[in-house]
Amino acid sequence: MTVADTGTASATRVHRRRPRILRNLASKTASIPMVATVLVIFIGCTLWTVIYSFTKSRLLPVPLFETMPLFSIPVPHLLASDGSWDFTLITGLKSSSFVGTDQYDRLWGTRRWIVSIGNLGIYGLCSMTFSLVIGFTLAALLDRKIRFENAFRTIILYPFALSFIVTGLVWQWILNPNFGIQKVVRDLGFENFVFDPLYNDKYVVYGILIAGLWQGTGLVMCLMLAGIRGIDEDIWKASRVEGIPVWKTYVMIVIPMMRPVFVTSVVIIGAGIVKVYDLVVAQTSGGPGISSQMPALYVMDKMFKDQNLAQGFAASTVMLMTVAIILIPWAYFEFGRKKNV
Amino acid sequence: MNTNNFSVQIKDLDLAFGPVKVLRSLDLDINHGEFLVLLGSSGCGKSTLLNCIAGLLEPTDGQIFINGENVTWKEPSERGIGMVFQSYALYPQMTVEGNLTFGLRNARMPKAEIQKRVARAAEILQIEPLLQRKPGALSGGQRQRVASGRALVRDVDVFLFDEPLSNLDAKLRADLRVEIKRLHEQLQNTMIYVTHDQIEAMTLADRIAIMKGGNIMQLGTPHEIYNKPLNKYVADFIGSPSMNFLDGEFKGGAFVKGDVRLPMKGYEFQAAQTPDQAVTIGIRPEHVITGELVANAPVKMEAKVELIEPMGSDTLVWVRVAGEPFRIRVDGQTQLRNRETLTIGIDPARASLFARESEVRL
Ligand SMILES: Nc1ncnc2c1ncn2[C@@H]1O[C@H](COP(=O)(O)OP(=O)(O)OP(=O)(O)O)[C@@H](O)[C@H]1O
Ligand SMILES: [Mg+2]
Repeated sequence: MTVADTGTASATRVHRRRPRILRNLASKTASIPMVATVLVIFIGCTLWTVIYSFTKSRLLPVPLFETMPLFSIPVPHLLASDGSWDFTLITGLKSSSFVGTDQYDRLWGTRRWIVSIGNLGIYGLCSMTFSLVIGFTLAALLDRKIRFENAFRTIILYPFALSFIVTGLVWQWILNPNFGIQKVVRDLGFENFVFDPLYNDKYVVYGILIAGLWQGTGLVMCLMLAGIRGIDEDIWKASRVEGIPVWKTYVMIVIPMMRPVFVTSVVIIGAGIVKVYDLVVAQTSGGPGISSQMPALYVMDKMFKDQNLAQGFAASTVMLMTVAIILIPWAYFEFGRKKNV
Repeated sequence: MNTNNFSVQIKDLDLAFGPVKVLRSLDLDINHGEFLVLLGSSGCGKSTLLNCIAGLLEPTDGQIFINGENVTWKEPSERGIGMVFQSYALYPQMTVEGNLTFGLRNARMPKAEIQKRVARAAEILQIEPLLQRKPGALSGGQRQRVASGRALVRDVDVFLFDEPLSNLDAKLRADLRVEIKRLHEQLQNTMIYVTHDQIEAMTLADRIAIMKGGNIMQLGTPHEIYNKPLNKYVADFIGSPSMNFLDGEFKGGAFVKGDVRLPMKGYEFQAAQTPDQAVTIGIRPEHVITGELVANAPVKMEAKVELIEPMGSDTLVWVRVAGEPFRIRVDGQTQLRNRETLTIGIDPARASLFARESEVRL
């Protein structure tokens, strides 16, 4: 360790005279297109969205600065031709299309947006918890060297290959009271059985949640299974020799060792939560009423249906900020801390 | 029902992974306080046997007794064993102290007792300054010690080691080998140690069990294994450089091959009467007599030097005996030259004679 450190240190010393920016020039040049793409698409477009959320753009983005008569002063003067008086209007200066935080005030004043946020909160919390718990449990069960593991894995992973739209439709049918679960159970003789989450504004989010979990858990399970399999078999043997129960080995030893897998899973699930859109469209289109609205749906509707671009941008900016507020400190702790160890 | 005096006793043990038979009706008795080494090439079933003793694998057939108690169907933790793994298998999120105490805390042992055991293990293994570190911040040798410590705090009668030193570099391995030997002297408990390194086996073992294809080829003290290998496999496996083998005939009390004739005077035959037959004789390179001592050798012959391999302390000389390549180990300071003719002496009493077909010692 120390030997290696000294090695790198002396290597750096040799190169010190070269300015940092000139080092690895070839590879830096080669990465310029990629860097440019990242700057333009990720940073540029994001900034553009944020800026326009402060404007009053509707169908199309308005020019940020336009000339418009803010004030006009009639200036009397004599006409040269016949000597009579005339007035010329001096119209004035540039004004902007910026409307300040109006869009945001409107956004937070909209009931539909508030409901969306609430729904996303419930959906996100449940989706994150259940995806991790179910995914890990399934992976742990599969890891217990059961037969037909490959078949199970394929079956559970299969929904992930479907598009959200298909998943949404399938679950719309399954949860439909007229030909889904409710009908089947009623046909079995339970006449009063009620199970229609998609048609009940209290439970509709959970109806969407079921479909989301059905589709997403498979991937989480596969990630977890790979993580569990990556753990040295001797760890299991050691804990067995010490008489530690299997569940305790999972909880106290295996899960802490699988931290990177959990991080990956959380990011993937989190991304899925924030952009949940297709599932809602396919299952309920936000209904009944506005009870299953989601922020992404709000954004899409404002931008493409209601021709209120800036309002949509404001909503997406709020989504972005929320994600950033959660993500940045966490990423800092997760990845930044390692360097200091 | 079982009132024997063995620490570990294995009876007629079979183990198969599906159609693959890894252990075949294996018997092994290990005394109290004995250091037994399981030695064999890769894939011969050493780890499998050790895992069976530990209870990590269920035998297909047969029984295992530890301290006279049938433990064949008991959980590993109830067998009174501690185990050290090749990869050490330390819990990476816990400190060294956490690693040592996790099993004990889990068994709800009183705090004071845990403290006492950890202190003792840390003292024996000299890991006191490391107790608050995580395994990631330890060197290979330190990790190995912590792994031993985890077995030590269990305060058990039988220690199982599965190639505990093979992840270390040669120098450290030699150091830790001595430490393990010292640990055994100090604790005086039974140790079963798996390795494929014959030096480790020879230096550590009270007895060595040499395995091949799931069978024990020979069980004996390092001295017996080295000097009186029971079959050609063991003879070939033990010793470096390995033994010279010459195929020939056993005729009238002598080994004959072409114009070479070795009267087997002084050789301890296994049976009272050994009939004439096709045989293989094995002679260790270091048992060939050279220099001034040749004069007293029972059998002498001339040999031409073909190749010289100096190895520092010794030199390996390749000659030809009865038309076959033959290795001789001589002193490292030798002044031998290529193509020089050399008189060598052979003592049949130190040779090994095997039946050609069965490869069993005669
Ligand atoms: N789970 C398993 N399924 C099928 N065969 C196995 C399994 N585990 C081990 N084997 C086989 O059993 C044989 C013995 O394996 P074992 O691990 O005991 O070898 P070993 O002597 O410890 O070798 P090494 O020195 O390489 O560790 C090998 O041929 C191996 O292929
Ligand atoms: Mg092994």
